[in-house]
Amino acid sequence: MSKHLTNITLKVWRQAGPADAGHFETYTVPEISDEASFLEMLDILNERLISDGKEAVVFDHDCREGICGTCSLMIDGQAHGPQRGTATCQLHMRKFQSGDTITIEPWRASAFPIIKDLMVDRSAFDRIVEAGGFITAETGGAPDANLIPIPKPVADAAMDAAECIGCGACVAACPNGAANLFTGAKVAHLNLLPQGQAERFGRVEAMVETMDSYFGSCTNHGECEAACPKSISIDVIAVMNQDYRKSKFKNRKALARS
Amino acid sequence: MAQTLQRGPVSGTAVKRAGKKRKPFLLDFYSTAVGKKYVMAITGIMLIGFVVAHMVGNLKMYLGIVEKDGVRDYDLDIYGEYLRQLLVPIVPEYGTLWLMRIGLLAALVFHVHAAYTLTVLNRKARPVKYQSARDYQVASFASRTMRWTGSLVLLFILWHLADLTLGWVNPDFEYGEVYRNVDASLSRVPVAILYIVANIALGIHLFHGVWSLFQSMGWNNPKFNQWRRSLATAIAAIVVIGNVSFPVMVLAGVVEFDPDAGTVIHGEVEEVDE
Repeated sequence: MSKHLTNITLKVWRQAGPADAGHFETYTVPEISDEASFLEMLDILNERLISDGKEAVVFDHDCREGICGTCSLMIDGQAHGPQRGTATCQLHMRKFQSGDTITIEPWRASAFPIIKDLMVDRSAFDRIVEAGGFITAETGGAPDANLIPIPKPVADAAMDAAECIGCGACVAACPNGAANLFTGAKVAHLNLLPQGQAERFGRVEAMVETMDSYFGSCTNHGECEAACPKSISIDVIAVMNQDYRKSKFKNRKALARS
Repeated sequence: MAQTLQRGPVSGTAVKRAGKKRKPFLLDFYSTAVGKKYVMAITGIMLIGFVVAHMVGNLKMYLGIVEKDGVRDYDLDIYGEYLRQLLVPIVPEYGTLWLMRIGLLAALVFHVHAAYTLTVLNRKARPVKYQSARDYQVASFASRTMRWTGSLVLLFILWHLADLTLGWVNPDFEYGEVYRNVDASLSRVPVAILYIVANIALGIHLFHGVWSLFQSMGWNNPKFNQWRRSLATAIAAIVVIGNVSFPVMVLAGVVEFDPDAGTVIHGEVEEVDE
């Protein structure tokens, strides 16, 4: 039995383009099912705006099942809204009450310039991954299962880090606009596994220094972990810091020998 | 294309060796944000060590007057003299003391410089603030006020040096008479309040700093992680309780300089002995 929420007020950030100053626009949603997802609520609002001949609110979305990392939104001052461990697409209106005022803002960071309204350019993350977030492996037929033995705790830790969907909530939630959780997750994911060992220290040095040229620095608030839709632990940041320190010594030694 | 932050260039990585020579190791390491956090953590550990030792050393004021080599003097003054004489047959007088002072000063300079440059970096990383109120989930009061508590402690250190090391702002300063100087300074109520406030700020700074340094140093062990918070709380609490007790006990009259103590009693003792 679905219930309905009534009289929801939305304060939505509208910005015509990257150079526009932007402002909050207030909209009213008279009635919405509590089973509607947050993005469906915005879809319904957009349908109405379009039929009224107004411009729809631009926001990022894709899979709507919490695995692609495309949706964003700062909802009431929290990245991905008030529900822990979920992306905005998995947030439902039942988390809100009738008569609520909901404020929606885009991610804000110098590395995430606003394209339009609530949509931001997160390609700085691609630069970090391009710097080393991969393994240079021979391609071919799928290897046999368990060909490379990996201890269960190691596999678990690597998989926890590999959960990262690259949505940018960590940067958005960080008071410093740091991307250490994202980069840490990508580094830990590969550096913990045997397949990642060959390029381990080149990877971490390149990725951290690429991250450094776009984002702020970590002061260990832990806001990223709280905002992460995959609840990735800030332990991965410590793993990255440790490997970065090691890489600085090892890479110099390797260079000296070359 | 995302907008890049302006800062000193970081060196090329080992995999793609740059044509030009690399920067010296430490400079290269310090030029990155993660490297600066390492510097903050390492200098932080040095400063924590000092703060704890300083507090423990000051507890000697509660021992009052003791007798040493037939001389009766305030234990705190004997401790001060000991620091000046530390490792004396090997190094000259004041040698070890100045070595430690220079080390601490360097640590402080780097700690502050790294904090300042990282703060500038972080401001650049979000030039346009959130236009609506943020709803922080886990960031503690301590972690969000590090810059303020740090600045407060830095200003306090300047006052503290002018007060009890140099004696510039001490009403009754006598070089080497530590106990007397402490009593003279902290008997002033506003100064005692300053010491209490500054030490609470220091405690808040340590509460986040001690926990945070484990992350910055990459010391992350699932076995010991649960102890990081307890250790930070314990160190912060011990330092605050110890340091706040000094002004409180001076005002309460427990610590009170007796001008007739020391040398006079020392003379009487010698007479009795003879």
